[in-house]
Amino acid sequence: MSTSKSKTKAKAKHDVKAKAKSKSKSKSMKSSKIRFEIDGKECTAKPGQTIVEAARDNGVYIPVLCWYEGMEPAGICRMCMVKVGGRTMPGCTTPVAEGMIIESDVPELEDMRKAMVEMLFVEGNHLCPTCEKSGNCDLQALGYRYRMMVPRFPYQFPLRLVDATYTKIMIDNNRCVQCRRCIRGITTKDGRHVFAMTKRSGKSTIVADRELEAKISDALAKKAMDQCPVGAILKKETGFALPIGRRKYDKAPIGTEVHK
Amino acid sequence: MSTIEEVVQKAVKKQGKDPTGMLEIIRDVQAELGHVPDKAKSLIAAGMGLSKADLDGIVSFYHFFSEKPVGKYAVYLNNSAVAVMKGREAVARAFEQEAGCKFGQTTPDGIIGLHDTSDIGMNDQEPAAIINGVVFTGLTPEKVKDIVSQMRSGKDVTEMVKEYGDGLNGSEIVRSMVKNNIRKKGAVIFAPFEQGSAVKKAVRMTPADVIEEVKKSNLRGRGGAGFPTGMKWEFTRNNSKGKKAFVVCNADEGEPGTFKDRVILTELPRMLFEGMSVAGYAIGADRGILYLRAEYEYLLKYLQSVLDAMRKGNLLGRNVAGKKEFNFDIEIKLGAGAYICGEETALLESAEGKRGEPRNRPPFPAQYGYQGGPTSVNNVETLCAAARVMILGGEEFAKMGTFQSHGTKLLSVSGDCQKPGIYEVEFGISLQSLLDEAGGSDAMAVQVGGPSGKCVPAGEFGKKISFEELPTGGSMIVIAPGRDLLTIVHNFMDFFVEESCGWCTPCRAGNVILRERLEKIMARKGTESDLAELAQWCAVVKTMSRCGLGQTSPNPIATTIENFRSVYESRLQKGVGFVSEFDKDKAVEEYCRIAGRTPYTEGR
Repeated sequence: MSTSKSKTKAKAKHDVKAKAKSKSKSKSMKSSKIRFEIDGKECTAKPGQTIVEAARDNGVYIPVLCWYEGMEPAGICRMCMVKVGGRTMPGCTTPVAEGMIIESDVPELEDMRKAMVEMLFVEGNHLCPTCEKSGNCDLQALGYRYRMMVPRFPYQFPLRLVDATYTKIMIDNNRCVQCRRCIRGITTKDGRHVFAMTKRSGKSTIVADRELEAKISDALAKKAMDQCPVGAILKKETGFALPIGRRKYDKAPIGTEVHK
Repeated sequence: MSTIEEVVQKAVKKQGKDPTGMLEIIRDVQAELGHVPDKAKSLIAAGMGLSKADLDGIVSFYHFFSEKPVGKYAVYLNNSAVAVMKGREAVARAFEQEAGCKFGQTTPDGIIGLHDTSDIGMNDQEPAAIINGVVFTGLTPEKVKDIVSQMRSGKDVTEMVKEYGDGLNGSEIVRSMVKNNIRKKGAVIFAPFEQGSAVKKAVRMTPADVIEEVKKSNLRGRGGAGFPTGMKWEFTRNNSKGKKAFVVCNADEGEPGTFKDRVILTELPRMLFEGMSVAGYAIGADRGILYLRAEYEYLLKYLQSVLDAMRKGNLLGRNVAGKKEFNFDIEIKLGAGAYICGEETALLESAEGKRGEPRNRPPFPAQYGYQGGPTSVNNVETLCAAARVMILGGEEFAKMGTFQSHGTKLLSVSGDCQKPGIYEVEFGISLQSLLDEAGGSDAMAVQVGGPSGKCVPAGEFGKKISFEELPTGGSMIVIAPGRDLLTIVHNFMDFFVEESCGWCTPCRAGNVILRERLEKIMARKGTESDLAELAQWCAVVKTMSRCGLGQTSPNPIATTIENFRSVYESRLQKGVGFVSEFDKDKAVEEYCRIAGRTPYTEGR
């Protein structure tokens, strides 16, 4: 990858278009509403909104996993990939532009999104029946949404650690989907990260800063647990506060909170 | 010996607490202590206002940083496919035997550490290794024996280099055994270059006219993407008013098989730096950054001396080339071992002292680049070509090449050919004529553009090297008949699995899955449906990945399935729906060892 490696000629052309587009976007900033279309539905967006945000405001659910309301989007899980002008792009990091025609609920994309869910299931060790997060778990809920019976990919059964040596929380790496919500969402008052990603490739692992983690408030520890889409971050000394059966996705499947 | 506190304090102070100096700090600490222990990470974090976990993240991201001691002599032996073709395994075994430890380990006395490393840009002189920053090429088991005994006697690594390479490799300040292997000179890069000629011509024009000239030349990025350079400069310039803009030169050529930038950096750094000045003038930047891959650290002092000489000659600094108010200077930032940093936004993150993970786009570097300033990131060869455009004029330059590819291209030819090295060819020559020149006419395949490119079969050797027919960043790996193509593909997949940054799901998890399925087929346990699925999964990873790495990493598999399908089919189990990968003996191995039992195997 001597430089921007991959980009083929076609992609380079698209980049030109994308740049041109972002220019025209800045012009349209003046008007207060942006008009766009998603799966044939005519929608409007506020300037600066991403495709995922704007779709939500218009009652259209684009599946997400790493995305979390109020957090800087990161483009990690690739669940929100949509098609614009024949090109696939992440809905969570791409701003809506005037006149955009977006395809989201199409079989080709839905199958690839399902593949992402399946990759996450085989990449880690996800044993729902023993997991504290069952029923509140976004990954599990997406598994149901995509009617995943058996993943198309072979299970990796990786050897991963449960680290209970922290003070306020514990990290079960078997369940981590590397969404980085904890890194993005949990910082100290002076802006330092409590969580960080270590290593790279398939070996990448979330860690917490021992010194900072020991000092976080109970409320912040709970926030870390609640923001984790799976059961990878758990607050110590509280478990199953809400019984299984009465949890978020026990009541309504994922997506219904948005979809109208 | 200094304490950890002293070492860290000195390193942090040297960077003036500048966060972009983070990799330098870690490198200094690693050089001094031989590794970056936990305590050092805590101290650096405290000194830089970060959490210690952030330091864990940065240190563990880069291949040449280590939490564990890497050995007083740290041997990093290249494991790329061409290294393997040229006898890397025998060299590796010799290292293990002589040193008395395995790869991935350090000798108990801490003297020698043996480490695998991804391509180091020496494919034309493999097997090669980097030992304490010094490059050793053309290794053989005999040479290894000699090197290890010299390590045992405590000799300085630089003293182990006996013969120097050609050209400036042999200069007082470089003193490297690396050879240039320039096989063919063309009209753009290797034509005579008079120092100062490019930048002097540029500053006589307006910046807008410089951009116009580059646009006229139809120069496109040489790193492989082929983005029009003039257009990139124009976008950057349009964003640069009232902001601090930057020119960043991407000298992180990490694509296995490419080594053209190594030769430019050795022989033509002045041309490169002038190209950067021209870019700086055009886009309105006063700072340039050369991001140099850690593997080329042996050129660092030399490159710095060239910059010094150019400052003295008024080709850098204030009022460059006598142009009032054109101030431009260049600094060099060293990488630390990560292929992904060749991706331009990952490079920017790394240059800012962070983990080298690509950014989400938009915004593009032209809008929001280094430290948020509008930035033009250009390849080494592109900037040299831009300098030539200034000298020749855009129209003259555009006369060379084909309809959509103008000028020349440097090709790094390696593998099964008699004359590996650098070929500067005009765009439009056929792959076959390149092979004829390089002494590889009877090739079975050529990996064009490196692992992320395409495996081209002999039937397509008539195709022209150009953006429209056979685009390449320069890596051309010649594969002779008789080679096991799947072993090479597997090597490429090992590379991508290792070098994925891990950010997005499809690249992080998908490449591992692709490699596993490839292994199943290689082990003759694959079926027709396994092969069909493999091709589909390649498409999933390509479509869903976030950056160029994952969008191209399935290419070794995808393009060989397309062009060499029979290689796969010959290993499939025909007429079978399913072959179990389950290996009972392996599954019970640990149990048997503990219980002292022998597994029962039917029929044995």
